[in-house]
Amino acid sequence: MTESVATPQGRRQASRLPDATVRAKRRRIRTFKDKLSRFGITSAGYGVVFSLALIFIYLFYEVLPILRGATVEATVEYSIPGLAEDATVKHLVMERFQELGVNYASDGLVTFFELPTSEIRFQESITVPDDAEITSFAAAENIGALVSYGLSNGQALILRHEYQLTFPDDVRHITPRIARPYGDSPVQIDADGQSLKMLALQESTRGQRRAMAVAYTDDRRLVAASMTTRANLFTGAVDTQVTRTTLPQMSSEPVQILIDKEFRSVFVADKRGRIHYYDISNFNAPELTHIVDAGRGARITAMEFLVGSVSIIVGTERGELSQWFLVRDDVNEYTLEKIRSFKPHAGAITRISPEYTRKGFIAGDATGKVGIHYGTSSRTLLQKQLHESAIANMAISPVNRGLLTVSENNTLTVSEVWNQHPQISFRALWNRVWYEGRANPEYIWQSSSASDEFESKFSLIPLSVGTLKAAFFAMMFAMPLGIMAAIYTAYFMTPKLRGVVKPTIEIMEALPTVILGFLAGLWLAPFMENNLPAVFSILLGMPIMMLLMALLWRNFPASIRNRVPPGWEAVLLIPIVVVFGWVAVSASPWMEIVFFDGSMRQWLTENGITYDQRNALVVGVAMGFAVIPTIYSIAEDAVFNVPKHLTQGSLALGATPWQTVVGVVLPTASPGIFSAIMIGFGRAVGETMIVLMATGNSPIVNFNIFEGMRTLSANIAVELPETAVGSSHFRILFLAALVLFTFTFILNTIAEVVRQRLRARYSNL
Amino acid sequence: MKQWFKSGAPWIWLTGGAVTLSVLMVAGLLGLIAVRGFSHFWPANVTQVEIVNPSTGETEVLMGELVRAQTVTAVLAREAGNFVPEGQDLMTRYLFKQGNRDQTGNDFIWRFETGMSEFEYPQGVYTIERREWGNFYGFPVAIKKDGQEVTTLDEAGESFHQQVQDLVRESVAYHRSIRAIERGDIGRINRQIEALRLNDRQAELDGLTESELAAVFASNAQRRDELEEEYQVLREELDLLYADMRRNGLRMEMINGQQVDINFAQIVAITMPNDMSTFAKLREYFHQIWEFLTGEPREANTEGGIFPAIFGTITMVFVMSIMVTPFGVLAAIYLREYAKQGPVTRMVRISVYNLAGVPSIVFGVFGLGFFIYFLGGNIDRIFYEAALPSPTFGTPGLFWASLTLALLTLPVVIVSTEEGLARIPSTIRQGSLALGATKSETLWRVVVPLATPGMMTGLILAIARAAGEVAPLMLVGVVKLAPTLPIDGEFPFIHLERKIMHLGFHIFDVGFQSPNVEAARPLVYATALTLVALIVILNLTAISIRNHLREKYRSDSD
Repeated sequence: MTESVATPQGRRQASRLPDATVRAKRRRIRTFKDKLSRFGITSAGYGVVFSLALIFIYLFYEVLPILRGATVEATVEYSIPGLAEDATVKHLVMERFQELGVNYASDGLVTFFELPTSEIRFQESITVPDDAEITSFAAAENIGALVSYGLSNGQALILRHEYQLTFPDDVRHITPRIARPYGDSPVQIDADGQSLKMLALQESTRGQRRAMAVAYTDDRRLVAASMTTRANLFTGAVDTQVTRTTLPQMSSEPVQILIDKEFRSVFVADKRGRIHYYDISNFNAPELTHIVDAGRGARITAMEFLVGSVSIIVGTERGELSQWFLVRDDVNEYTLEKIRSFKPHAGAITRISPEYTRKGFIAGDATGKVGIHYGTSSRTLLQKQLHESAIANMAISPVNRGLLTVSENNTLTVSEVWNQHPQISFRALWNRVWYEGRANPEYIWQSSSASDEFESKFSLIPLSVGTLKAAFFAMMFAMPLGIMAAIYTAYFMTPKLRGVVKPTIEIMEALPTVILGFLAGLWLAPFMENNLPAVFSILLGMPIMMLLMALLWRNFPASIRNRVPPGWEAVLLIPIVVVFGWVAVSASPWMEIVFFDGSMRQWLTENGITYDQRNALVVGVAMGFAVIPTIYSIAEDAVFNVPKHLTQGSLALGATPWQTVVGVVLPTASPGIFSAIMIGFGRAVGETMIVLMATGNSPIVNFNIFEGMRTLSANIAVELPETAVGSSHFRILFLAALVLFTFTFILNTIAEVVRQRLRARYSNL
Repeated sequence: MKQWFKSGAPWIWLTGGAVTLSVLMVAGLLGLIAVRGFSHFWPANVTQVEIVNPSTGETEVLMGELVRAQTVTAVLAREAGNFVPEGQDLMTRYLFKQGNRDQTGNDFIWRFETGMSEFEYPQGVYTIERREWGNFYGFPVAIKKDGQEVTTLDEAGESFHQQVQDLVRESVAYHRSIRAIERGDIGRINRQIEALRLNDRQAELDGLTESELAAVFASNAQRRDELEEEYQVLREELDLLYADMRRNGLRMEMINGQQVDINFAQIVAITMPNDMSTFAKLREYFHQIWEFLTGEPREANTEGGIFPAIFGTITMVFVMSIMVTPFGVLAAIYLREYAKQGPVTRMVRISVYNLAGVPSIVFGVFGLGFFIYFLGGNIDRIFYEAALPSPTFGTPGLFWASLTLALLTLPVVIVSTEEGLARIPSTIRQGSLALGATKSETLWRVVVPLATPGMMTGLILAIARAAGEVAPLMLVGVVKLAPTLPIDGEFPFIHLERKIMHLGFHIFDVGFQSPNVEAARPLVYATALTLVALIVILNLTAISIRNHLREKYRSDSD
């Protein structure tokens, strides 16, 4: 200060400041640094906000495709190549790379053509015996590519198209050919040699190669022939054995025959809209089990199996579409039942084309529209006009990415299809669904299996119920303990003790849950199983013992009582808790002998209560353990921060300490306790490792305390590493993560807002 | 009485009981882990017991470690097909670890007390820790060399044990050099050959001319031949070592009189617990702890040490800290010092705090989808085209695990730093600004140094949380057995794309995925103890640093 008031002369001499240009430069540098720092910090701040938003946006982005329906875009259209003047298309196939199409014509000419250009790649005409002509056609399940032409002499020609892949110059080249897996010569289907007016074919894809054909002959009989082959090891010649049988007579003309892949049942639709169900499990004595009126007054115009040949899709002249399968009733008898119906078409259904690996199908109708439908989710994803006239035939690509349609006037349209997630709908996720082979609609989570024919069962109910069940039992354990302990620590405990107890319980929050989970699974679960009576006597008896101790203490001589100041009750209870715990455990086997015939577990089982070793009780205790510190810590803060003048006022007016707690402290702190419960609940809902290790992870829907569960989070941990990226299953797991994220985020936000309000209120009191 | 209830005194006791119960549970849990974990290393005595089967009269002799005893009701015992004397309600059964899994089929065996003789602890029993098949318990008979007995116990007397110990030491040394060659040299050669293959592929992708391509191929081929030669030399050396190591054997006699030959190559260590003094046991105990912390896992992780898991955990946490600290601290400074304190900032702050309550598995899902499949997949396409289709960064690994955990622990750092910043009186800031300092100067020279305790606490709490987190790691980079450590002597020294082992996942994997749970159990407890110790130490450090620095800066800030 003295320097600065010196004379101008003196200042000039004493000044150590650099001259003006240097100062200006330095100022620029400082301003630049300031701006740089502001910029860096601001961008980091925005970065955090961005990454927070990114989590939500990304999860949503991965889930979004399941909300999309399907699209079909026609790419090219041409008149069907290589078809003779008077012939029609009997069967159309699309190859998996969507490079080739196959057309089986009614005159026996098989044409392989290139889809984009309609150029013919390969053509072969099947050889029909001189004395016969082609009368009918049948195709087995599309994945096996087996087809058959029925002839007028009671024989059938059985063929299969095959592709050979070669990679000359690293470019894929497909060479198609026609194989005859059941011998080069036709197979005699009808022993009487009658013309086959209608034919059905099916091949078993498991075990020994076996095929079966059922035909309707000119003289109105239904005949069946079962074929097995044996290849000669040396010559390679195929020897086909055929056994035949005749099915009971039908009263009406059939329109479509279907055989299931197990060769147990045959379904025949007749002209009057009825389906005849034949049981052929005893091949030599087939029975007509029953007849169902599926058309309800309308004629059945198309009928097809979904993949796996369990479900039948029935299309009628009125455009109705419904799904049927055999349901086993109480007396173990199968009846054909209508499971669900789909959004009807405007015109008669002309063709149904099932998908290769999923339970979906595409239906074509007489107005030239196609509809994409899906069985399990009862969804109709799209209906679109592709032709001006009726759709005569269709083929779907094995990977569900393409569609071939042929109209009545032989125009062929190649379309691109996007239909990635038809399995998922709100109903499929949250409602009861009638799955194939089940007696009733149910909630089931069963996401994958080894077989292509498996119907994925994506009900989120078992997982949600499991999550709530685990959280519920954990809260049942943690809530009373956490809140009561918080009240005592904050209000009654001496400050010295509080300084030790609070950090001890809080350090539990940092304990890795994997350790709690492992102790729960490997130590607690077997311990509880062996000492069930002890567990229950501790749960019920511990509070009683504490009250007894309180009573006892009241009757202690005052000289002893006065030595322990109030606020130390918790310490006095330590021996009680330890001794009672020890007594309960050592008395456990005796209780089992006296009350439960030697084993409580077996006693439970005998009384119809399922007992799993790793059950909800174990999870409740272990996860409760993880939640206690959370609840305790927040609730304790809330109770402790209740302004002192309130409690002192209450005490001064003559209320006992407990009356003050109930009347003054708890009402004031209740929002804080509420937010403690919310945050604890949020933690229990999202906890993964404990449930993963302490339960059997079986997705069941019940609230039995002795059974396990599977939670959303554990399900993600178990299944996500194993799913295909981008599949429906993958996206459902992302949906589960999104649900967990949103749910806990909302819970925590509510809790946080409540807490902030509380804080404001405290400062006003 | 009624008055007493009305006053509420009993309910006070009840709430007090809740505290007692909670604290006792915490203590019990930590005690359980500590007792089980520490006792794993104690060289247990080997028990011998004779059991006369009460129904058949046959005598069975068992030898092994007594693991635990259990009381069951007679009904259960009878239903399990055991003989229970009339009038007895409770039965005790014992679990023995009889070892010798290759000979007896099961190394753990339950026996009821009925007909059981006194427990004896015979002298001279060997407990042999083997590389395969678990422990072996038996009496030594002779040392064999090239299939011939060279020394028998009867002839050599006490010096026999010394010779055996020397041979064990020798075989362990052999094993170490073999591993050094296999892991070190041969591993290096394999990686170099792989690098050459990638180099070839990269050259093809780069679109070089024919002649350039041929030159690259030729030089690579030459280098490959050199490496092959080097490999052959090492291979021969290895064969020699293997032959030497397998030369010596030990003839043992099991308790049932059956004689078994054990090759020294199979032996890790031999102890004679029944003959050891307490001091010797104590030495062995610390040796075992050291081996556990520094050794490699054996037998599908159910035996041996956990060094790779410790190393993996620490490396991951370290990489995570490097990422989370600057980002978290800067974000906190932004929220507290730069952002306009309005409803938007408040919302952002609540959201950031709530991020701490979002289930960790959600972060795992995000990490797998966004980091690994999206970012990693694109990195592979751009920088590691030659290695495709096998992914480099498009697969779970160290970097993604660290990044996911960094995101997970970000709120912890932000919250702590903000608290630290909030505690600094505004007078200090105003003082600095009044002296003409710019905002950034005030921040970096005055405010941030004062807020260091908050930042340190945040970082340590973040580390503690990250070290214990398992669920997200199962999706983004942790494996049950990693062939290599993420840091080694090869360029670039820290391999961010490698998969790592992790203590928490180790517990899950060994405890729940291993076929022999009983054998794995002690190891799981020991691993859990290590993890708990690590986390408790980290938390205590955080608390003490906070207190210490708070004291230190209190005088400055007042």
